[in-house]
Amino acid sequence: MNNTENHTKKRNIQKAFVYLFLTFGSLLSLFPFYWMFTMATRTNREINSFPPPFTPGADLVNNFQNVLANMDFFGSMANSLFVSTSITVGVLFLCSLAGYAFAKLEFKGKKLLFSVILITMMIPPQLGLIPQYYIMTQLEWINTFQAVIVPGLINAFGIFWMRQYIQDAVPDELIEAAKMDGCSTFRIYWNIVAPTVLPAFATLGIIVFMQAWNDFLWPLTVLREPSMHTLQVALRTLNDARQMDYGMIMSGTFWATVPLIVIFLMFNKLFIQSLSEGAVKS
Amino acid sequence: MKKSLEEKKKTARTAYLFISPFFLLYAVFGLFPMLFSFYLAFFKWNGLSEMTFVGMENFNFIFTDPIFYEAIKNTFIIGLLGTAPQIIVGILLAFALNSTLIKFRNTFRTMIFLPYVTSIVAVAIIFGVIFSNQEAGFINYILSFFDIEPINWNIQNWPVKITISIMVFWRWVGYNTIIFLAGMQSIPNALYEAAKIDGATVWQQIRLITIPMLKPTITFVVFTATIGALQLFTEPLVFLGRNLRQEGITMVAYLWKDAFVYNAFGTASAAAIVLFFIIIIFTGVNLLLTNRIGRTKKAR
Repeated sequence: MNNTENHTKKRNIQKAFVYLFLTFGSLLSLFPFYWMFTMATRTNREINSFPPPFTPGADLVNNFQNVLANMDFFGSMANSLFVSTSITVGVLFLCSLAGYAFAKLEFKGKKLLFSVILITMMIPPQLGLIPQYYIMTQLEWINTFQAVIVPGLINAFGIFWMRQYIQDAVPDELIEAAKMDGCSTFRIYWNIVAPTVLPAFATLGIIVFMQAWNDFLWPLTVLREPSMHTLQVALRTLNDARQMDYGMIMSGTFWATVPLIVIFLMFNKLFIQSLSEGAVKS
Repeated sequence: MKKSLEEKKKTARTAYLFISPFFLLYAVFGLFPMLFSFYLAFFKWNGLSEMTFVGMENFNFIFTDPIFYEAIKNTFIIGLLGTAPQIIVGILLAFALNSTLIKFRNTFRTMIFLPYVTSIVAVAIIFGVIFSNQEAGFINYILSFFDIEPINWNIQNWPVKITISIMVFWRWVGYNTIIFLAGMQSIPNALYEAAKIDGATVWQQIRLITIPMLKPTITFVVFTATIGALQLFTEPLVFLGRNLRQEGITMVAYLWKDAFVYNAFGTASAAAIVLFFIIIIFTGVNLLLTNRIGRTKKAR
């Protein structure tokens, strides 16, 4: 009797401790967002007064108008959307094609070529940054979107991911039957493989889109013209102008962050599942 | 028989066609640039005029440049400060999220993961304001309660490093928590039940069950975190501006500044080569360590 009582008591203390820890962690997670929003609604004078304001103010719209006056916010958002979508669609297509070949087709050197792909995953792309830039000048691709999109189509992880998925999800009998009916290999890919792996497209698509959307170093290097800037590069420029209008800078950052957060909150289970699956697989 | 051989050949040709885009693109935009870096490291080049061969001069330059050593030092310090706490806190958070005691698991998980969705540029800008040099900056304001004078977060040596480490920590800890959680969910609950019956404390459960069973996941996280730390660039650039003060410049930032601020593409390439070897050494050490840990575990 006494024992169970003790046990419940101990359990309750543990429970309280776990809740406290998670609440503390969540608050630390959320606080910078709250601070960003608060600053985005305040004038610069309010932000720089002592003590700083801890609650949202009335300048949300005003600050955003200042952002629009200082940067082409919607233009760079459109650029980001175009670049990220192109990369995502391209990667999904190319990686599923290659993944299908590695999963289901017979050809010489298959194992070797696949290990080459895995090895490339370990080499950080920044090491070739300067020659990559040189190639872009030679191709006259500086200040063009293809300078970001084309190299962005290289995705070893995507091929790996698609191969695993296609191996398990597409039954060999189905492919054999289609072959009997005289379907070409590409027809089989298009009519059988691609529709079967739609869930994998969703998960890989999320990972690739997010990486492309948040990419910074390479777009900064090759997209020099302000009209070609992606959102991340444009935000950096806004921040660097250093008129020190914190309200405006926070407003730009806030509105640039909101879309991805909304998408994340809408699909958060799929998001988290995709990313942890991706990590566990590799 | 002959027909099927023909068929096989045709399939193989299609397969090569399907995998060729990766290899072509990688050859042009991945492999060739890397090899070309080795070539360029021996030339003087400003990006426009002719390249001139200078032998080891670029390497001499960077190895006598005190800022290059600062860059290496900063990369390691920030890497350690930014990632080591992440792994410890990540495991603890994942353990708490995995606990059978709690409700709202999904809500907590979502909140803790949210920073990862934010772009690094945004993170650096937000933390730049939270850690502003002004008296009214959030952190300086909090410190004023303890009678601490306002700190110049993006100028002073340790404050710069600590602020950048905190940015890295904040953005990635939730991501790693989710990875750890995924690993923990594959640990059979019966193990914990048995330990509880034997009277194991929570701390003992973490140390004797969770961490050993989680070894592959920990290896993966340490591996990616190390490579990520060695490539740190965006945080210092956005936080410190194009000047990239020596208090916070990292290796990739050093080579970027050489190339795109000073137009010294040769020395930048030499720095890239040094970085390349540092990464290889680290990857090797990582592999060796994880292999050894794996082996001693088995021997026991």
